[in-house]
Amino acid sequence: MPALLTANDLTVSIADKSVCRGLNLAIERGQCWGILGRNGIGKTTLLHTLAGLHAPDAGAIYLEEQPLTHLSRRHIAQSIGVLFQHSEDPFPSTVLETALVGRHPYLNAWDWESEEDQTLARQALATVGMDGMASRQAGTLSGGERQRLAIATLLTQDSQLLLLDEPANHLDLHHQITILDLLVRQTRERGKALLIIGHDLNLTARYCDHALMLFGEGETTQGKLPQILTEENLARLYGHPIQCFSIGGKRVFVPE
Amino acid sequence: MRKRVLLPSLLMMSVASLILALAFGSVTIRWPELWAVLNGEGGLNRSLVLDLRLPRAASAFATGGLLALAGALMQVLLRNPLADPYILGISGGAAVGALLSMLLGAGGAWLTGSAFGGALLSMLLVFTLAHGHGSWTSSRLLLTGVVCAAGWGAVISFILAISPDAQLRGMLFWLMGDLSHADDPWPGLMVLALGVVACLPLARNLNVLARGELQAGALGVAVAPLRWQIYLIASLLTAVAVTLAGSVGFVGLVVPHLLRLIIGNDQRLLLPAAALLGGSLLTVADTLARTVAAPQQLPVGVITALLGVPVFLYLLQRSHR
Repeated sequence: MPALLTANDLTVSIADKSVCRGLNLAIERGQCWGILGRNGIGKTTLLHTLAGLHAPDAGAIYLEEQPLTHLSRRHIAQSIGVLFQHSEDPFPSTVLETALVGRHPYLNAWDWESEEDQTLARQALATVGMDGMASRQAGTLSGGERQRLAIATLLTQDSQLLLLDEPANHLDLHHQITILDLLVRQTRERGKALLIIGHDLNLTARYCDHALMLFGEGETTQGKLPQILTEENLARLYGHPIQCFSIGGKRVFVPE
Repeated sequence: MRKRVLLPSLLMMSVASLILALAFGSVTIRWPELWAVLNGEGGLNRSLVLDLRLPRAASAFATGGLLALAGALMQVLLRNPLADPYILGISGGAAVGALLSMLLGAGGAWLTGSAFGGALLSMLLVFTLAHGHGSWTSSRLLLTGVVCAAGWGAVISFILAISPDAQLRGMLFWLMGDLSHADDPWPGLMVLALGVVACLPLARNLNVLARGELQAGALGVAVAPLRWQIYLIASLLTAVAVTLAGSVGFVGLVVPHLLRLIIGNDQRLLLPAAALLGGSLLTVADTLARTVAAPQQLPVGVITALLGVPVFLYLLQRSHR
């Protein structure tokens, strides 16, 4: 079976800065990838490139063997969902309306959301603990509630590959764990795939099975998590010594 | 519930505003007489109602509808609630065309033609300049349009400064928005209907675009083609409205906001509702413009601004809560 998303010889840059050079990546169904790197190294740019929202300098991206550039945005959106770091809402919108936007890629021009779509959106809201807030204005939500609403919208979109840009942002510990638990469980049970940008190494160790490190100047390394998440790599990645302990069978990372 | 009754009640409101416009003016026509005229009878009043008031009321409705629809589209396109149909300088271009033809003593079709030509020229200018090296961001489009509008403003002042006194009154009326020469409503009404029909299949895409371009792209919207379609539609609607009645202010800014307070920002309802509400409001405003100081007629732009300023300030106050 072909990988869900493949990058071939991918070269990406932003503002004359090289993010990756000749990157080959294959994200298979059931896998959870973590992307690690310093601030401003280009993690988000790479994520947008993989979603087809930023053009690479060279190389190609394939969604199950079909080049992304040959597919319509609508088709891509049925397979790839993105959680952005920032959401903007200059106009009023209720929580339910916002979550329902996730059904957009499946509806035709004249369609209105069906009962089924409503049910999906309400279920997604319940999953992130926001049932009962459906008719609230999204503008009145707290930072963490906004993040959960964005995740509910992504769940409503029900895509095969989820690209998450710092999903734990603004979330309290309880929601970090319950939401990531859920996403990872969905990924494994339903043959989806996850790609997570994050700065919390302990969350990465807990949830990811593969990792991709961006060192800057286009240099990267990737592979299975235990081989990649080493003290040596992490010291190079962040320019700061980091110690790895094993507590109760779990690996814990502590900066020196 | 609100959403379900909105369009029917706006339709009723539109009919009511048109009846009001037929009944009131320098001479008030009572209901039984009006009914007789509408049934094909009625002597003297017949020509007053059907030849004078009906075309003007229909023009007012078309203009208001065009402006409100264009305003709603511009606000989503620029993702800026303060945008109005004139923000990108289309009315400025039209005004320069119209004033130049007045200065040269040309009227009628020449005036209409040059106003429309000026609007199209302005539209192309902003579109080309904002394109730059291919990237077409909201803020770049907004800045290009605002600066072009300022440029047109300077040209307008220049033309006013060198024009003979006898023509100034007509020019000022045009600039404030005036329906007294709008006697053929059909082009406006047709363009309004076409505009609504063209926007409706795009409306859900616009709901997504309102949440940001990246987000819209990730949810399956082909952002670049959508944006230029909307720019084109909104600009053409504005150009036709300005050609019909000059720069009538505030309808395009305030109507979409009023509706957002009632039904939220779902463009599938908001766009047709804006066309109906904008049409009715301008019809009522024009009736006021004809009656308040009768037999003297005021430019309708004065009425919309006098009503629009307090309403807009009230909305602005609310938005800070």
